[in-house]
Amino acid sequence: MIGLNDIEMVFGQGTSDENHVLNNLSLKINKGDFITIIGSNGAGKSTLFNVISGKYSPSFGQVFFNGADVTPFAEYKRAKWVGRIFQDPLLGTAGNMSLEHNMVITHKKGFKGLRVSLNRENREFFKKELVQLDMNLENRLKDNVGNLSGGQRQALTLLMTVLSRPELLLLDEHTAALDPKNASKVLELTDKFISQYKLTAMMVTHNMQQAIDYGNRLLMLDGGEVIFDVSGEMKKNLTVEALVKKFHEIRKTSFKSDEALLT
Amino acid sequence: MLEGILVEGLIYGIMALGVFITFRILDFPDLSVDGTFPMGAAIMASGITSGLPPMVALLIAFIGGYIAGMVTAIIHNRLKVPSLLAGILTMTMLWSVNIRILGNKANLPLLRVETMLSRYLDGWGSLLPREWSLLVYFLIVALLIKFLLDYFFKTDLGLTMGAMGQNEQMIIAQGINPRTLKILGVGLSNGLVATSGAFAAQYQGFADVNLGQGIVVTGLAMVMMGEFLLKSNKIGWLTLRVIIGAILYKAIMYFGRFYGYYINLTPNDLRLITGLLIIGALAFTKLKGSPKWKGKLSSTFKSFSKTGGTQ
Repeated sequence: MIGLNDIEMVFGQGTSDENHVLNNLSLKINKGDFITIIGSNGAGKSTLFNVISGKYSPSFGQVFFNGADVTPFAEYKRAKWVGRIFQDPLLGTAGNMSLEHNMVITHKKGFKGLRVSLNRENREFFKKELVQLDMNLENRLKDNVGNLSGGQRQALTLLMTVLSRPELLLLDEHTAALDPKNASKVLELTDKFISQYKLTAMMVTHNMQQAIDYGNRLLMLDGGEVIFDVSGEMKKNLTVEALVKKFHEIRKTSFKSDEALLT
Repeated sequence: MLEGILVEGLIYGIMALGVFITFRILDFPDLSVDGTFPMGAAIMASGITSGLPPMVALLIAFIGGYIAGMVTAIIHNRLKVPSLLAGILTMTMLWSVNIRILGNKANLPLLRVETMLSRYLDGWGSLLPREWSLLVYFLIVALLIKFLLDYFFKTDLGLTMGAMGQNEQMIIAQGINPRTLKILGVGLSNGLVATSGAFAAQYQGFADVNLGQGIVVTGLAMVMMGEFLLKSNKIGWLTLRVIIGAILYKAIMYFGRFYGYYINLTPNDLRLITGLLIIGALAFTKLKGSPKWKGKLSSTFKSFSKTGGTQ
């Protein structure tokens, strides 16, 4: 279980540009949750992920992993439990290296020694895993990752991330930079892996319908706060119109010109 | 003449391999090389003149270079300064350290002292003419180092270092501290450079504190010339082309030195030529990467990300 306790994130503290991006945000993420997160630009979605993954350390508040306070832990230390996929497909892989070398690096977390672990047995394992992507990548182990398309690269990143079975999977609009066909493919794979390996996941999306269709829990962020947290049956019965209405009710304003939210 | 070029190319090729590690694999442009090359020479020279077995002196030279490289990486990591500044700091400090190592002198001759080379030349090496047996010797040394490096960059640790140079975020995501990798990698690079300096001192018969001036640029020119010749992403080819680039560079410099006077060149112009070689290589790579040359592939990629952006 992962918990956030009264997280405050202030940028430029004490200057005229002081910006409160997260305000007293508390959150309990239960094991097995697949949470979708929506919110307009500047709502604090990415900052929330940065605080959880350890890229930023919060101005106030604590982050708990399985009851242990991990707030002072650097990003690379928390990475043992957290897997994160970014919008940019280039960030998850090393483009100038072959597929199999990329997978050697990512199939087990932690510091690597002077062993050569790329052998026939491992190659077979990688192939077996790559078959799941259904992109014919299992026959391209020696190819440079840079030669793959954006969609293939992101699917590979997804596979490599779930290979180490992270306790928490953070998906930061990971399909937003892909064309619609690849985006839905990667999203399907994401859903498949999460249920197959019983992963706990959080997914930021700009697409309300996606947020409703996927996952068992939905968070709406605005002004650095969670303004709406719904799960179970209630989430299943949500519609985009109902979500928009809900936002009006809570905020008594309309979405900040963010028409993309309504698609 | 040919043997001389090859021998020098192989000795400096070891240094170029070090430069290749920082500039090309780790993406950590490191200038400490200008200090660690003469440091290797200084440790070797003062080591054997004070009676250490040459092999031990060589090992100390490697370790000395390694530690100096670690210092550069630690300055970069801890004080968050750019790698270039960290390297310049180490390089500057090493100048004083090197004079200390040489016993408060700017140079130390190695005449009438037994070096690894003189021992070899008196033994097995006497079977061939001097220059040719030196060529055999350095061919073995350079290839041995090359193959060890090839093996290292195939290990899990080596692969991780390679990935870090391309994508630091990926390494962080694996739960690995990129700082540790930088310390290990920049250390290794400078260890090789110092080893190269140690051999250079024995070959030339002296160690000089100014031996390293401009060596990083020389190394970079060697790396870039190699890149012209061979295209590959296989580590075995990458290291091989560095050594070939080093030999080619030495050949060009040789001809510049011996035939340059026809067009009024002096040895003092060689640094200008080195710089121009690098600029030429950079310009060529840029031209090759421009949209006009790349053609279709890049334009499809651009439209690709455009559709993604408006989604």
